[in-house]
Amino acid sequence: MQRIVVTVQRADFDLAAEVAALREGDAQVGAVAAFVGTVRDRSDGAQVSAMELEHYPGMTERAIEAMASEARRRFDIHGARIIHRIGPLLPKDQIVLVVVTSSHRHEAFQACEFLMDYLKTQAPFWKKETTPDGARWVDARQADDAALARWGLQMDNAG
Amino acid sequence: MRVQVRYFASLREALGAEEAVDVPAGSTLGALRDGLLARGGEHARCLARGRAVRCALDQVMADEAALLHEGAEVAFFPPVTGG
Repeated sequence: MQRIVVTVQRADFDLAAEVAALREGDAQVGAVAAFVGTVRDRSDGAQVSAMELEHYPGMTERAIEAMASEARRRFDIHGARIIHRIGPLLPKDQIVLVVVTSSHRHEAFQACEFLMDYLKTQAPFWKKETTPDGARWVDARQADDAALARWGLQMDNAG
Repeated sequence: MRVQVRYFASLREALGAEEAVDVPAGSTLGALRDGLLARGGEHARCLARGRAVRCALDQVMADEAALLHEGAEVAFFPPVTGG
């Protein structure tokens, strides 16, 4: 059974519970690959004490679902579970979860990395960090555009 | 025709969350940006050519050649930084 579930939420998530839910009932799954992004306490040379995640309600879910559909088109995967948090977060908090299941490990690893590269440059979220000098918006990185380009997708974000 | 323009992140802080804008029928997204630029002030600063501004039309990423329609939802925002 193939399934893709995408959620944008304030609440934290439990990796083990999400993996178990994604795997449930599918004995054809031989591989599970997962990525968790977390808040660091340092960024661009400054200490970060807090972060605020803004998003475009409605567009974020649709955009990520489209990315997951693209992943399923490119890679032979069984399912994907993607969670992205919004709102106020602190260092060490979890931000994003990408879990992918497949029969074999290559597709799961590839799809997981593809989804993160795609999400980093095209999903409408914006981070604002609190530093000792005040709050500042995080700048997009050209390295992330380059990562997406390696999958054959030229989508200008950082500029 | 009337379109709804939404701003996010630093653009929202400078220009407000959203505004209704009247544009000539057949306008492109780029023409809308030019019209907003022409107001001067914060609109000119935030939407200036050469600044990295991304856009969406009806909640899908779009480029400035996209054609607007009556009731379209347009969004302008800085490069995204999720994940």
